[in-house]
Amino acid sequence: MNTQMYTKFDKRMLIVNKILLAFLVLITVVPMGYILIASFMDPQALVSKGISFDPKDWTIEGYERVFSDKSILRGFLNSLFYSFAFAFITVAVSVMTAYPLSRKDLVGRKWVNAFLVFTMFFGGGLVPTYLLVKDLGMLNTVWAIIIPGAVNVWNIILARTYFQGIPDELVEAAVIDGANEFQIFWKIMLPLAKPIMFVLFLYAFVGQWNSYFDAMIYIKDPDLEPLQLVLRKILIQSEPAKDMIGAQAAMNEMKRIAEMIKYATIVISSLPLIVMYPFFQKYFDKGIMAGSLKG
Amino acid sequence: MRKDVSSLSFLEKIKQQKLLLLMLVPGLLLTFVFRYIPMYGVLIAFKDYNPLKGVMGSDWVGFSEFIKFLSSPNFGVLLSNTLKLSVYGLLLGFLPPIILAVMLNQLLSDKAKKRIQLVLYAPNFISVVVIVGMIFLFFSVGGPVNAILGMFGIEANFLTDPDFFRPLYILSGIWQGMGWASTLYTATLVNVDTSLVEAAKLDGANIFQRIWHIDLPALKPVMVIQFILAAGGIMNVGYEKAFLMQTSLNLTSSEIISTYVYKIGLVSGDYSYSTAVGLFNALINIILLIAVNKVVKRINDGQGL
Repeated sequence: MNTQMYTKFDKRMLIVNKILLAFLVLITVVPMGYILIASFMDPQALVSKGISFDPKDWTIEGYERVFSDKSILRGFLNSLFYSFAFAFITVAVSVMTAYPLSRKDLVGRKWVNAFLVFTMFFGGGLVPTYLLVKDLGMLNTVWAIIIPGAVNVWNIILARTYFQGIPDELVEAAVIDGANEFQIFWKIMLPLAKPIMFVLFLYAFVGQWNSYFDAMIYIKDPDLEPLQLVLRKILIQSEPAKDMIGAQAAMNEMKRIAEMIKYATIVISSLPLIVMYPFFQKYFDKGIMAGSLKG
Repeated sequence: MRKDVSSLSFLEKIKQQKLLLLMLVPGLLLTFVFRYIPMYGVLIAFKDYNPLKGVMGSDWVGFSEFIKFLSSPNFGVLLSNTLKLSVYGLLLGFLPPIILAVMLNQLLSDKAKKRIQLVLYAPNFISVVVIVGMIFLFFSVGGPVNAILGMFGIEANFLTDPDFFRPLYILSGIWQGMGWASTLYTATLVNVDTSLVEAAKLDGANIFQRIWHIDLPALKPVMVIQFILAAGGIMNVGYEKAFLMQTSLNLTSSEIISTYVYKIGLVSGDYSYSTAVGLFNALINIILLIAVNKVVKRINDGQGL
């Protein structure tokens, strides 16, 4: 677009627009920047002076204390495993279900569709699902986290729509070569469906990484806790792990440490995703656009 | 060409497509187990559930759990808390992403637009736990927000005063989600025919007139779908966040139906009562979805979801 076409009034409004956008960017950046700077500051100085750039007020004690306890690292590794496993299962089940459904000649296609779509409108709710997981003996195991939520009808619809967009001619050549249905799926469809599989994987991964609720109700063993549960203890319940505080800290010393650790914990736990996501931006955008299509 | 299956008998078709059908098995099995079996489990809402007797063996009590909930003093408070939180959230949160998209669309440089978007998306990737942790840090009594307000001689107990729960919940939600939610609208505006805009300029339409007559009509279909979807989720407000933001002192406004279901069900172990309350919630939700869809259809020339 060219600017010559703009009237004086328009140009003024465009400047106002830029100022407002700059303000929005500021509002977004300031809280995150505050946390980052505060994580390197002595909590007492932070309370009395606020953000200060005096090197005397700076410390990396918060980070040292967080890393002196293994719970954050353990939670991090657990979450990594849960997120990868969950995303992998989600993608595998979604494409395997979606491909047959993308075939218009599938026997009972209508019934299978109805069977799946019904679950989008009605579900059993919290307690019946919990009781089922309990009866299956999955309580307090990794399975409770990676299996029950793995089938998501929305994902199946997205993958199915994608498969329907793949031209039939590609399949016909393979049929002439004598490939069976599974070979067609494995050798032709899956390689073509890589983009949608990657999008589904990213969404499932981030969703699992950032969730805490299922783990809170299903997992009791601290060794199996995902990162978000560890964070909940530190940030929400103000109960840092023992090794972070040290053996004999006085009451107010404990409080000081608990506060300091919070900032460092937020930085350590949030930085990986915030730094990583710009590289995957275009895939996230694709997911949003695909999700906006009506089923 | 694939063999034409329409002329075959049902059994022959199954035989012909056995590999395709086999591929469906994991997905259907998981859906049956984790979606349909819990639906059968909903029966315990009408029973005096005893884990030893199982769902079938427990005694029927009819609608007594529902009546217990509807007549309990909690009912009115819970329903109004749930509705207020989600309706205010919907009303306040619906427009900002649209306005943001329109603003971004007016930028002349694509590069600047991309950069701003990148920054505004970032909060979307922060987990609920961390967002609530940040709210606690910023709005605590000794925190930075109170320090700034203190300069004007104001002090507020944001975290314990029930009046602040909803504003904090909703505004932090907008802060976190606005950029991300605008993507859909930004992408729609990119597809608007630029010749329309140029023609409008020639006709002397100012910037606001162009937005009103070109941008907004282009956004309307997406807005309608987004609104129906949001309204359909009204009873499913983000309980994950509300639960974390609850302190013992703000419960009068922060206790909503879904957090209550969790507490009576999984904390106190009153399975039947909890399931009944959850079922009640789900039913209202379905009714709302249908109603909103009808209303939108009427005002939107017969176009609903």
